[in-house]
Amino acid sequence: MATTSAAPAPSHGRAHSFLGRLRNGDEAAHLITLMFACSVLAIALLLIYELWIHSSLSRRQFGFHFFFTQVWDPIAGQFGALPFIYGTLVTSILALVIAVPLGLGAAIYLAELAPARLSNVLTFLVELLAAVPSVIYGLLAFFSLVPILRNYVEPFLKSTLGFLPIFQGPIYGVGFLAAGLILAIMTFPFIISICREALLEVPREQREAALALGATKWESTWQVVVPYAKLGIMGSVFLGLARALGETMAVTMVIGNDPRIKASLFAPGYTIAAVIANEFTEATGDLYLNSLIELGLVLFLITMIINAGARLLIIATTKKGSARD
Amino acid sequence: MTNKHLHLLGFAAAGMLMIGTGAYAAVKLQGAGATFPGAIYSKWFDEFQKPKDAPQINYNPIGSGGGIRQLTAGTVDFGASDMPMSDEAIKAVKKYHVLHFPTVLGGVVPTYNVEGVTGDLNFTGPLLADIFSGKVAKWNDPAIAKVNAGVKLPSKDITLVHRSDGSGTTFVFTDYLSSVSPEWKSKIGAGATVNWPGGLGAKGSEGVAGQVQGTPNSISYVELFYAIQNKMPYGAVQNKSGKFLKASLETVTAAAAGAAQAMPEDFRVSIVNAPGANAYPISTFTWLLIPDKFEDAQKKKAVVDFLRWMLVKGQTYASALSYAPLPKEVVAKEEKQIAKIQ
Repeated sequence: MATTSAAPAPSHGRAHSFLGRLRNGDEAAHLITLMFACSVLAIALLLIYELWIHSSLSRRQFGFHFFFTQVWDPIAGQFGALPFIYGTLVTSILALVIAVPLGLGAAIYLAELAPARLSNVLTFLVELLAAVPSVIYGLLAFFSLVPILRNYVEPFLKSTLGFLPIFQGPIYGVGFLAAGLILAIMTFPFIISICREALLEVPREQREAALALGATKWESTWQVVVPYAKLGIMGSVFLGLARALGETMAVTMVIGNDPRIKASLFAPGYTIAAVIANEFTEATGDLYLNSLIELGLVLFLITMIINAGARLLIIATTKKGSARD
Repeated sequence: MTNKHLHLLGFAAAGMLMIGTGAYAAVKLQGAGATFPGAIYSKWFDEFQKPKDAPQINYNPIGSGGGIRQLTAGTVDFGASDMPMSDEAIKAVKKYHVLHFPTVLGGVVPTYNVEGVTGDLNFTGPLLADIFSGKVAKWNDPAIAKVNAGVKLPSKDITLVHRSDGSGTTFVFTDYLSSVSPEWKSKIGAGATVNWPGGLGAKGSEGVAGQVQGTPNSISYVELFYAIQNKMPYGAVQNKSGKFLKASLETVTAAAAGAAQAMPEDFRVSIVNAPGANAYPISTFTWLLIPDKFEDAQKKKAVVDFLRWMLVKGQTYASALSYAPLPKEVVAKEEKQIAKIQ
């Protein structure tokens, strides 16, 4: 943005050549696209600035205790983010644990093994699933997934794996497990779609070389194609994670909305995005509002840490990959 | 170049003209706030602006907290709330004093899904407080059986369901529990969102209804009008005179009449547990929040006209939409308050 306002100012000679290049079109395209690129930065900075400014009261009042306090009591003016951070992470991780193997497996089939016509039909359906609004998934979960969990899945898990603390306690249907499942269903199409693209971009020579060396079709896929597409696959995982972390409507409909930390996946929980959506409209009092906005800041922070982690992971693994080459 | 400039000028001039004529044609009022009276407010504003040249009123049901925030920021002409503004909140509005005008009444009813129970259940205030704080944890607890003689109650755990979104309904319900149980008052208190001792949170009345219907042996609370319109089962609650009453539009209006004698001048009053043999105990007003000063004389006239219309003609629309109309004692008092608008 600074470039544009400074542009007409320079001395005559430079201005002339600048105009020349401007007439060429390259300079104009450069400036305009630069401006567009800067808007990304501007929006991100503005977001942080707004969240930071409007959470000043609660930051001053609670400091770092905000991250470790379990109480959320608007009447007593006690606000802590821990149960919400816990709920957000547990449901998102649960979603990925389910969606990544499923999505990667489906993508391998679609990209490598399926006949072209079947692959096209399924890919079309995957893209359709990715476009369904989250409230539809929420309703679906509330009316079909939750009763199935309550009546069949959770009693079964309790009776077979009930010795594990994650499958204990009363059964409601709604809770961490329901939220994790619906998030898995929602992130699944994204993961398939991007993994499939990544697999399709692997050069044919890679496969042929593997096959020529005597590998079976599966060996070539699993040991050559998938590692080659590692970057894209990891990208899909982090995009799926980003969607899971920020999802609001579908989660709040099935998670039970209870800000407490419980080991059991059957127990109700709460996520950051859900509590902001639920309580923002009726929040009275500055400290309450500030605390909700600080929760937004915390979510931003979590997303940033995860994204930074993803970058580092990608850098580390690509280095290893090139060393092997 | 010049042509383009002329075009631009033309557009700008046309735009100004349009804005100019719009402001002269009719007064426009913008309001925002409570969702609970949203249905009757949209009916009222619709009917009120039917005559030609009537002021246009636009109401945005964004929630009571949001309505108060917008009124304080001065971005709307009036607000609406399911709970009265606190003294500090009123002081925070610098430009004018905020007047509270009760518009209609609502009740909150306990709704449940208990295995084997088809009839109505009875509750006392302290019993509801004990159930929602988890002290009474089973349906066949002697405390529940005592007021429900003859009903076969299952030996099952009670699943508590409450609203997860901030809501006037939660405020009224917890306000009532605070008024009947000192322990509830000191430990949890009353508010649009409270720190529930446990249970499941569901979003909106429809979420609560779905959760209760889907969860055997659960209990929750919903607005009376929602329970009536969706034919949900709901229980009777013991009122101040010791009578077990099922909420109805009449018993809710009776609660307001019972509280009318002790009504403060500014109408900021909770009418839970109101006196009167026929008064339903979990009742509340919902208020319009009106500034006492308008700089624009036309806006002032529009607001005053609307309030007069609302107190007489408007009340006749209430019952059909399952809202309880104001008792005449309150209407008379409110008509006096209209004079305070300058």
